[in-house]
Amino acid sequence: MDVVYALLNGILIALEPINLGLAVIGVIVGLFVGAMPGLGSVNGVAILLPFTFVIQNFTGGATSPMIFLAAIYYGAMYGGAISSITLGIPGASTAVATTFDGRPLALSGRAHLALVTAAIASFVGGTISTLFFTGFAPILASVALSFGDPEIFALMLLAFATFVGLGGDDIPKTIFSICIGLVLATVGFDIVSGEPRLIFFDITGFTHGIRFLVLAIGVYGIGEMIWTINTSRYGNTMTSVDLRASKIWEAIRNFKDAWRGTAIGSSLGFFVGILPAAGATPGSLMSYGVAKLTSSKPEEFGKGSVDGVAAPEAANNSASTGAMLPMMTLGIPGSPTTAVLLAGMVIWGLQPGPLLFTEQPDFVWPLIGSFYISNFVAVAINIAFIPIFLWMLRMPFTILAPLIFVLSLVGTFAAYQNLFDVWLMVIVGMAAFFLRILDYPVAPAVLAIVLGPIAEPKLRQSLLFSDGDFSIFFTRPIAGPITVIAIILILLPLFKYIRDRLRASKTGAA
Amino acid sequence: MRRAEIVTAVILGILSLYLMWKSGEPPAWNPDVPRFANIGLIEGEGPGSGFWPFWLSGIMLLCSIWIGINWYRRTSPPSVSEEPFLDQYGKKMLLLVGGGLFGFLALIHVVGFYGAIFAFLIYYLRFLGRHSMKQTLAIAICVPVVSFFFFDIAMRIVLPKGYLEPLFIPLYDIFL
Repeated sequence: MDVVYALLNGILIALEPINLGLAVIGVIVGLFVGAMPGLGSVNGVAILLPFTFVIQNFTGGATSPMIFLAAIYYGAMYGGAISSITLGIPGASTAVATTFDGRPLALSGRAHLALVTAAIASFVGGTISTLFFTGFAPILASVALSFGDPEIFALMLLAFATFVGLGGDDIPKTIFSICIGLVLATVGFDIVSGEPRLIFFDITGFTHGIRFLVLAIGVYGIGEMIWTINTSRYGNTMTSVDLRASKIWEAIRNFKDAWRGTAIGSSLGFFVGILPAAGATPGSLMSYGVAKLTSSKPEEFGKGSVDGVAAPEAANNSASTGAMLPMMTLGIPGSPTTAVLLAGMVIWGLQPGPLLFTEQPDFVWPLIGSFYISNFVAVAINIAFIPIFLWMLRMPFTILAPLIFVLSLVGTFAAYQNLFDVWLMVIVGMAAFFLRILDYPVAPAVLAIVLGPIAEPKLRQSLLFSDGDFSIFFTRPIAGPITVIAIILILLPLFKYIRDRLRASKTGAA
Repeated sequence: MRRAEIVTAVILGILSLYLMWKSGEPPAWNPDVPRFANIGLIEGEGPGSGFWPFWLSGIMLLCSIWIGINWYRRTSPPSVSEEPFLDQYGKKMLLLVGGGLFGFLALIHVVGFYGAIFAFLIYYLRFLGRHSMKQTLAIAICVPVVSFFFFDIAMRIVLPKGYLEPLFIPLYDIFL
C-alpha cells in the first residue's frame, strides 16, 4: 500500500507543469535523436547532460533534470522506428530488428501501419516494464541495503564480466576497453591517500581528473559523429507515408494483430534490459527471434509482419526501463545511456544505490511516476507529429553534424568552464573514432569510467578490512556466489574456445 | 586494416607500459619513497595509491599482446581484412572534419567561442556541405546569437570572447 501511495504521489509531482513540460521537451528531443540515423539515446543524453545544470539551478533539485533525461531516453526508443521504417536505416542500433518487417511494410505501401504499430507497441512495452519496475525496484533496493563493500565490488565485477562473457565483441579488446576506462577514472587525486596519480606530462589540467562528461561527449558527440559521417556517405530514399486520419485509425484498430509480438517484447525486453552488456539492442533482436519462433505464421516474418514490428519495438522500450532497475537500486548501470544517467545523478549530488529509495523518496517516486507520464506523452506526440519527424529526417547531415559539434564543444565548456576539458574532449573523440574502426567496443569503457570511482574504494576498503586477503570476495554469503558467477562469465569464452577446438579435432579425426 | 590492427596494438601496449610506469610514481612531496612502493599492499593501509591503476594497466598490456597474437594467427576480423583502415573518402573526411574541429578549438583562443562558432559554421555549411550562402549565413549568425543570449545573458555562464571582448561590453550594458 505504501508503494501505491508513493507512486501516486510521484505521479502527481511528475504532472507538475515544470516536470510535465520537461517530459514533453525531453520526449520531442528523444524522438528526434532516435529518428536521426547515427544518433541514439546515449548521444542525446550525453550531449545534453551539461544543460541539465541549468534545469537544476532553476528548479533546485535533481528530480526535474532526471525527468528530462529519462524522457529523452524514452523518446529515443520510440523514434528509432521512424527511420527504420521510412528510410530502411535504423535510427539507432536498438531499432535494427524493426527494419526487418517495418521496411517491407513501408515498401508495400503500408508505412502508416508499421509506424502506428511501432508507436503503440512501444507504449505497451514501456508501460508494462514500468509496472515491473515499480514492483521489483523497492524489493531489490531493500535486499541491496544489506550489501557491504565486498558485495558491491563483486556486483561491479559481475557487470564487467557480462561484457566479457556475453558482450559478443572481441574478448581482448573488450577487456582492454574496460581496463582503460577504469584507469582513466583514476587520473587526479587519490581520494584515499590524497596522492596525485597519473598527472600526464605534469599538465595541471589533469589534477582535477578526467571528467566523465568530457569522455562521454568526446565518445558520443565527436567520435560517433565522425564515424557516422564516414559510414553514411551515400544518399537514402525515404518512403512516402499516407497519414490521413482514416489510415491512422485503421492502423490503431489493426493493432490487435500485433498482440503476441507486443507481449513477448514487453516481458522479454525487461529482463534482458536488466543485464549489463545486454540492453535494448539484444533485447529487441531476441524478442524478434522468439516472436518468429512461436508465431503461427513464421513465413510472414521478414516480408511485412506486424508482429515483427511490434516485438522489437515493445522490447527496446521495455529494456530501457529494465536497464534503469540496477542503476537505481544497486548503482550499477545496465547500458551506456544509464551510465550517463548515473553520472548525472552523481553530478547533481545524489548517491545512486539502495539508499536512494529510503533517503531520497522525493527523487525516486516522481521519477518512476514520470516513466508512466513520459510513455503517454511519447505515444501521443509520436503518432500526432509523424509528419514533422519525417520532415526533420530530410534535414541534411551536413547541417545536423556541425550543430552537434558546436553543441558538444559549448556544452563541455559550460559544464566546467575550462578550455583544457574542451581540447581533451575533442582528442578523446578522435581516439574513440580510430578505435571504433578497429572494433574496440566503447560501451564497456564508458561504463568503466562511471563505475571506476566507486569500484576502486570498495576493493581497497574490502582488502583493508581483510588484511589483504582476497578470499573475502569468496567467503561471504552474497559476495561469494556473485564473484564465482563473474569468474565463470569471464572464463566463458575460454570454455567455448576449448569446446570448439575439441569439436574441430573430432571432426578432423572422423 | 591488417597493418593498422598491429600498429594500434603496439601503440596501446606502449601506452599500457607508460601507465604502469606512471602508476608507480612516488608522491612529489616525498621523493625518498622508491618507485612502485605504492602498487602493493601497505601494512595497515591496504592497497597503495598505485595498486588499482598499475595492475589494470598490466592487464591492458596482456590484452595488447593477446591482440598481437590474434593478429599473427589471423583470428580477429581486422587481422584478415583486406579493406584499408581509411579509404580515400575517409582520409579526406577526417582531414576536413577533424581539421575543422581543431581549427574551431584554436580559433576560440583568438576570437572567442562566438566568433569561432560563426567561422566553423561558415566553413562546414558552405565549404563542406555546399549549402547556399543565404542558408549558411542564417544558421551561422543565429547559432552564436542564440548561444550568447542563452549562456551569457540568461545563464550567466561567460564563454571566452578572445580579442572580440570589447565588442560585447555594450551588449552587457544593455542586457545585464
